[in-house]
Amino acid sequence: MSPEHWTRPSRPDDRDRLADTAVPAATSATPTREQVIAGLRATSEGGADLVQLLTPEGQRVSHPDFDIDITDEQLRGMYRDMVLVRRADREGNALQRQGQLGIWVPLLGQEAAQIGAGRAMRPQDMAFPSYREHGVAWCRGIDPTELLGIFRGTDHGSWDPNETGMSLYTIVIGNQCVNATGYAMGQKFEGKVGNSGDDPASNEATMVFFGDGATSQGDVHEGMVWASVYDAPVVFFCQNNQWAISEPTERQSRVPLYERAKGYGFPGIRVDGNDVLATLAVSQWAMNEARQGNGPLLIEAFTYRMDAHTTSDDATRYRLDDELEAWKLKDPIERLRAHLLREELADQEFFDRVDSEADELAARFREFCVNMPEPPPERMFSAVYAEESPVVAAQREDYLNYLAGFADSGHDTEGSVR
Amino acid sequence: MAQLKNFPLPDVGEGLTEAEILNWRIGPGDAVELNQIIVEIETAKASVELPCPYAGTISELLAEPGQTVEVGTPILTIEPAGAESDESEPDKPAERGERSEQGGKIGEEGADGRIATLVGYGPRSTSAKRRPRKKDATAGQRGGSDSGGSNGSAGQRPASNGTPVPTGAGTDGAGTNGTAVNGSAPATSTPSASRQAESAAGGTGVAAGGGVPLAKPPVRKLAKDLGVELRSLHGSGSGGVITRQDVERAAAGGVTAAASEGPAAGSLAARDSAEREHRVPIKGVRKATAQAMVDSAFTAPHVTEFLTIDVTPMMEFRERLKKHPDFRDVKVTPLAIASKAMCLAAKRTPDVNAAWDGEAGEIVYKDYVHLGVAAATDRGLVVPKVRDADGMSLRELAVALEELTSTAREGRTSPEAMTNGTITITNVGVFGVDTGTPILNPGESAILAFGAIREMPWVVDGQVVPRQVCQLALSFDHRVVDGQQGSRFLADVGSILSDPGMALTFG
Repeated sequence: MSPEHWTRPSRPDDRDRLADTAVPAATSATPTREQVIAGLRATSEGGADLVQLLTPEGQRVSHPDFDIDITDEQLRGMYRDMVLVRRADREGNALQRQGQLGIWVPLLGQEAAQIGAGRAMRPQDMAFPSYREHGVAWCRGIDPTELLGIFRGTDHGSWDPNETGMSLYTIVIGNQCVNATGYAMGQKFEGKVGNSGDDPASNEATMVFFGDGATSQGDVHEGMVWASVYDAPVVFFCQNNQWAISEPTERQSRVPLYERAKGYGFPGIRVDGNDVLATLAVSQWAMNEARQGNGPLLIEAFTYRMDAHTTSDDATRYRLDDELEAWKLKDPIERLRAHLLREELADQEFFDRVDSEADELAARFREFCVNMPEPPPERMFSAVYAEESPVVAAQREDYLNYLAGFADSGHDTEGSVR
Repeated sequence: MAQLKNFPLPDVGEGLTEAEILNWRIGPGDAVELNQIIVEIETAKASVELPCPYAGTISELLAEPGQTVEVGTPILTIEPAGAESDESEPDKPAERGERSEQGGKIGEEGADGRIATLVGYGPRSTSAKRRPRKKDATAGQRGGSDSGGSNGSAGQRPASNGTPVPTGAGTDGAGTNGTAVNGSAPATSTPSASRQAESAAGGTGVAAGGGVPLAKPPVRKLAKDLGVELRSLHGSGSGGVITRQDVERAAAGGVTAAASEGPAAGSLAARDSAEREHRVPIKGVRKATAQAMVDSAFTAPHVTEFLTIDVTPMMEFRERLKKHPDFRDVKVTPLAIASKAMCLAAKRTPDVNAAWDGEAGEIVYKDYVHLGVAAATDRGLVVPKVRDADGMSLRELAVALEELTSTAREGRTSPEAMTNGTITITNVGVFGVDTGTPILNPGESAILAFGAIREMPWVVDGQVVPRQVCQLALSFDHRVVDGQQGSRFLADVGSILSDPGMALTFG
């Protein structure tokens, strides 16, 4: 049986069939009403261990282990972060639909998880993203326009990982966990972890971002094993957005994902990934632990992918609208907005200003995308190694000579210079 | 005055080539905002709403709902808002001039009339193009590196700019077949290029007819093993490629090969006209079928036997199948199960699947079952065949039957779909009829009438209980099939229908 059968949406003629049949498996494509409700509860409620500081209604609640001191300015800043990142994300989606991008990977719904984690990092820390971390990139000071190259197919990322403290996007699922663990081991070998002396603030840690689907990949396992036995200062930040393309989380794990950490011998915490405050608090704590040499740690940010997996995906084919509606009520931005209004920490003028700033960003994003220059062919060779290699240099010469041998300009021929 | 902008259909998935317009949300004259949803399209992957790339006024819709449009084809024109041309245009012309050399920005028409899409997606022109090399390009040195798979040496490459030179087509495999080397990008319109295209097409024709027949290596091997001469076959695959089925059909015997030769030869033309004038062929076939029926009734001595069976277990089995994930999108009808039962039973009693060849003085036994299914249509009785039904699983059979009957009901059954049956089932039950004495399809030796399934009193373990009961009637040609074989076949079909588990006992 093909995997699609598990998650295909029900067809109209299936409905009457349901009435008189035995209870189907929990993963059946045509669940009963009771199962739909139970499933909604399962995906929309994170369970007793979920760390939450802001309820979906925007009410501040306390947690015995994780609390946070935060200024009103910081709260407003995170609101702005999330609105701007969402706006750029929506524009990216539209640009793909208009033929300007080959593909776009939406982050809609995961803003709080990414901004909360991203704002917990210090400049000297290192982030290893997958390909959906537009919010983390924003926190690392990477302009959203720099994300466009890989989705338009002009380059593989243009920011400097050393300068920004963020590696380039990784398309291979879970692969970045191995890289991050290696980098974190390096931080430890170089003595940048657990220093209590003159400047404890100089301690570093690494944070790696991946999804619920990636937890089934061997690379994530390997990364966790190495990180645990070498006490690497790495925080595994898993955004559980409930869907690995069309596969639900229950096809990834029997136990809640954060409990997996127990098996590797390090702490795992489940945080409300739609609560930017809780995510920030838990991430700050975890990064501090890692910087002090108490790593690794696992954070499962319990969130939801409100849009399709990518623009090439049609989520309506495998998941129920009820689920989407349930999660809409937990929207991360609305939650913080409600809090700011409730506590009178921001006025209408502030919200309007953020909105107009978002529109400006979107216009700039679009303008940049449409007019994005194609990198010259030598770019293919120039950044392969840090230092010039004679082999690569020879290849470059050969290729440039080859291109120079054409009688026409060549830019109108497919596949010539790309 | 204001410059109209096109919105070419984007590739909204990865590597999609076309999409169907589902519905427009706007019409000509409507003012639209940037990113306003204007149209819903359906691709092979998903239904997608497209946001408008410009703010402005819709000028014209270039595609209609239901129309399938190739990626890159403009679907609407729009007059951009604001006429801010004074503000933003000054630097644009310069930029455009520079860009148009490069074939235009994505989504815009380039100097050569092509519309650029992203990285190799979207439709390609039909023939591959090669860029011309500079005259004095260091051809000797470069020849090897860029000649790809062709066996041409540097000397065979274009001698001068703009002169198309044919590649060595055909000799080294499909990759070079029909490939033309064009002098310059828009050269498809030049006479030399079209001559080139003709000669490439002609080359393919020769290859299919008199040259090397087109077939994949495993099929060639099969043909060699079975002693089938590929040159004598007409390929039924796309582009006239000879398929495994073609070879197997030819190998199955001179009779069928000869029989399929006729329709196969004309099948392309027939199908072509069938698409344009689809009512005519069915009518003709129907006439011919009527004639054949008369012939059949007066040449083949018919015997009809009847059997009433309790099919409750089959109906229960069918209910279970409905819940089975593998069958969730298939309608498993009692007809499908009966068809499967016939295929199984025919293996045990091959006589019912044989044909009387009076001229040759032979009975032709067939190792395959082309199952005819009588379908009622507006134009009368049509009996399309399920080819090689004996090789199909129940699911495949159910799918095939569904397609077959819906095609027939829509009157789209092609003539060749109605030839070369080996045995037939007629579902008189759908009309609420219990049974009948069916007339054989000409050239066949048996036909089964499948009656209505109704609740009837039935004796089970001495008790009268309501059961689902159905009648079967089998007519057979007594020249080929004796009462013993006919009875065994009918009893076998009945045993499977009254207890699907019995299917396990059939080889």
